[in-house]
Amino acid sequence: MSTSSETINSATSTIKRDKIKEAVIEIVSDSGEGAQKCGQSLGTISAKMGNGVWTVEIIPAEIRPPARSKAGASGIRVRMGSNKITNMGDHADMVVALNEQVLYGRIDQNAYKPGTYLLIENKWATHTEETKVAYEQSLLKFKELGYIIHEIPMEKECLKYVSDARKGKNMWVLGLLCNVYDRDLTIAAEQVKSIFSKKSDEVIQSNLDLLHAGYKWANENLSMHFTIPSKPSEGEYVVMNGNEAVSLGVMAAGIELCSMYPITPATSASHALAETIESAGGIIHQAEDEIAAIGFAIGASYAGKTAVTITSGPGIALKTEFIGLAVMAEIPLVIIDVQRGGPSTGLPTKVEQGDLLSVLYGAAGDAPKIILAPATIEECFHYVILARKLAESFRSPVFVLTNANLATGVQPFPRPNIKSAWFSDPIDQSKWKEGVKAYDWDPQTGLSKRPIPGQKGGMYTLTGLAHDEESHVAYDPAINQRAAESRSRKLAALKQTLKEPIINGDQSGDLLLVGWGSTKGAIEEAVERAREKGAKVSSLHIHFMSPMEPGLKPIFDKFKKVMTVEINYSDTIGNPLITKENRRYAQLAWYLRAETLTDIDCFSNVYGQPLSPIKILQMLEKTLDLNLIE
Amino acid sequence: MITLKPDFCDIEPLDGHLLSTDDYASSEARWCSGCGAHTILHSVQKLCSDEQLPPEKTVFVSGIGCSSRFPHYMKTYGFHGLHGRAFPVASGVKFRRPDLNVFVITGDGDCCSIGAGHWVHAIRYNMKMVVLLFDNSIYGLTKKQTSPTSPIGTVSNTHPTGSVLPPINPIQATLGLPNVSFVAQTVDWKLAHLEATLKKAFDHPGLAFVRIVQRCPVWMRDTYEPTVKDPNAITVLHHDEGIVLGEDALKKFRHVKDHDPADIVKAREVAELVKTTTPIGLFYQNKNASRYDEYGAHNLGISVEDRIDAINSHMDKYAI
Ligand code: SF4
Repeated sequence: MSTSSETINSATSTIKRDKIKEAVIEIVSDSGEGAQKCGQSLGTISAKMGNGVWTVEIIPAEIRPPARSKAGASGIRVRMGSNKITNMGDHADMVVALNEQVLYGRIDQNAYKPGTYLLIENKWATHTEETKVAYEQSLLKFKELGYIIHEIPMEKECLKYVSDARKGKNMWVLGLLCNVYDRDLTIAAEQVKSIFSKKSDEVIQSNLDLLHAGYKWANENLSMHFTIPSKPSEGEYVVMNGNEAVSLGVMAAGIELCSMYPITPATSASHALAETIESAGGIIHQAEDEIAAIGFAIGASYAGKTAVTITSGPGIALKTEFIGLAVMAEIPLVIIDVQRGGPSTGLPTKVEQGDLLSVLYGAAGDAPKIILAPATIEECFHYVILARKLAESFRSPVFVLTNANLATGVQPFPRPNIKSAWFSDPIDQSKWKEGVKAYDWDPQTGLSKRPIPGQKGGMYTLTGLAHDEESHVAYDPAINQRAAESRSRKLAALKQTLKEPIINGDQSGDLLLVGWGSTKGAIEEAVERAREKGAKVSSLHIHFMSPMEPGLKPIFDKFKKVMTVEINYSDTIGNPLITKENRRYAQLAWYLRAETLTDIDCFSNVYGQPLSPIKILQMLEKTLDLNLIE
Repeated sequence: MITLKPDFCDIEPLDGHLLSTDDYASSEARWCSGCGAHTILHSVQKLCSDEQLPPEKTVFVSGIGCSSRFPHYMKTYGFHGLHGRAFPVASGVKFRRPDLNVFVITGDGDCCSIGAGHWVHAIRYNMKMVVLLFDNSIYGLTKKQTSPTSPIGTVSNTHPTGSVLPPINPIQATLGLPNVSFVAQTVDWKLAHLEATLKKAFDHPGLAFVRIVQRCPVWMRDTYEPTVKDPNAITVLHHDEGIVLGEDALKKFRHVKDHDPADIVKAREVAELVKTTTPIGLFYQNKNASRYDEYGAHNLGISVEDRIDAINSHMDKYAI
């Protein structure tokens, strides 16, 4: 193989390449054609070359939506550049479409702009008359919209190497894109080998052949060639998606049990775990339902084992009663909520930040708990470890709120150096100190040490009923008040250890954007672009949602206007019946208004899409009445 | 005195002090006087003392209801959780702590209604634990509502003209499930039989499901009193491999039926008898059913170095 790639490489050297800072590429197809594998590979190859990368999956709601339909667009967006990339970017520069109909869905979502290259399968000529007509109309429409169209004989070329083109196009396209964007073919070949490492030698070989064929074809037939300079990264890097990062975080936290029930988009985290957790000292338990999943984890935690449950919004709804019990009985537990669109079963595969208020307040009665929101893939890893430590120290359930965007987005980050200090301490089974009660609440902090079955002298009966320090059912009217104060005080104790959030931009100005979770990269990029145009805008990002990070009110006071940017629902003033008085706010805005008594505005929507910098810039133009976009 | 099998749990030396039933008693039980739960509590305390179970290594997990107050009356570890959810919690306790003796205390509403899904799966998981279903056929704690095991015609606050649905037979239901390994029935007022059943259940290497027909003199006196008083109402299942009673104890029963607990088909037939009599004894036992807690224990105690190696080699897959 190496000989053929050298020949091709020498051929490429004669090609004139345009140097570009970054590119946004989409690969779209019907489900099952491997577009995502193609894009992930392109992302990984680019990360390996030292480029910044962010990938976002484009997922249809159904497992097998009708082929050649607008609803069926499945695929992936890869944004790669010379510098660090923190979000999916604005419009795509190039799209490879394995059929033309799926593009309509993306065009509706404003994913492309005039001048975008559309590379489309050209097999249409052999189709039925009806399809042909539809195809011709599509092409006409695309031309009108200003896209630059290239028809590509993908299927025909692939059939030279495989009998089923559906199983080969993705690697052929990968080769094509490697040529167009000057990707290192040796790294690409290694990537292909690693994807198919579990398959036979013949399968590996035919995919390598496809890769090289696509590369060669692009070299000989396409006119656009680019190069994206990269800086080979210093130190070791890893590249993965948020769910994979969560799964590694679970193991690095020394968690001994992951108890779950399958739910999109959380399940793939347990798939990643399933491969390794047993050799890392843990086990996955697939429970009979969401309720049992958390009950099982709580049982294990009560018995001194470290446990996590991973789910999404509808699962959280079912788990709520047990979450209340964990708060009441002060059981350490990590709960990972990979948020998706809601309410109800909502948008299973689409992004939303809609669970903040329900995890904060969605229990019976007052149930204070710790809530963290990682903003990057790297933080998905480290926050699980942090969550585990906090859970044990504060005898509390700790939420980690990620979302579908983080779950499936791929980003490189410095390889964590796994430390034994991250692991949870082994359970203490020494004799319980005489006289110490099961809930020996410290009057200052509300904290207490917990006895574990096996510990002599510590015997107590945990209960979800109001209880006194000895865990006896409370019959004294004062005890419920005292116990509730102690449980709440833990948050105040934790808050004392937190730092103020860092402001991105000036410390004062016309507008402060406040975000949380996965939108950080898009918000910061939009703010930077707006600032270059002279806007007095800054942003800050909150990672500790409960207890809330300190110092917000004085920061807010230095800005003329404060506004949250979120992916969840809020009313738009001016829509029928909606006024400033009756408007329903986005979740963080609602919460911050209560926390800081500041008149906080919000920008939010529920298109099920990650936020792009351009959307935020458009909002900034309106809000600040400035011209920010060329 | 110590009759535990050595592989069941690590036993620490008891410093020459033998634990009596009082050593397992916590606060005074707050059930109504005459409630069958009192007898069961004493029998369980007796079992603990007979087996010399280390209190710190013994966990009683319950749901919600009259019966589920049980853990509060034991001087062991206890978990009094949510309505219907004792099984997942107990399973979570046992899965990675094989050294603990786990008991599940549940009631007819708790197990057969709100927690029925978990009941089915707990049987399938077959972890080593003793499950005591206190079946009084009524919701007692919430003051008399129909339960899933109430006989047709039960007058309750939710069915003032009498309940209309046929009751669930927990024995039949359990015997119909995959991987079922131990099913027995007893009554709270036949002490010798109750104690012998608890002992047999405790010795079983898997999930031992015991339905205890329990008197609730406050809400269900009319239902149970005839059974308690009528010597013909109970049929004892008799077999050398079953619940073995002494000759004197056996003589007290008028109706004795031979039943081999190895035979599940017969066991299901005997469970049908419930309609006409109360069969007590061991319906079915299979000591070789597969146990999920054995799987849960298989990788305990992996060294920190090995864990780090495993994570690092997994991380290698993502390295660039
Ligand atoms: S209500 Fe019935 S079951 Fe409940 S404690 Fe009283 S007698 Fe026992």
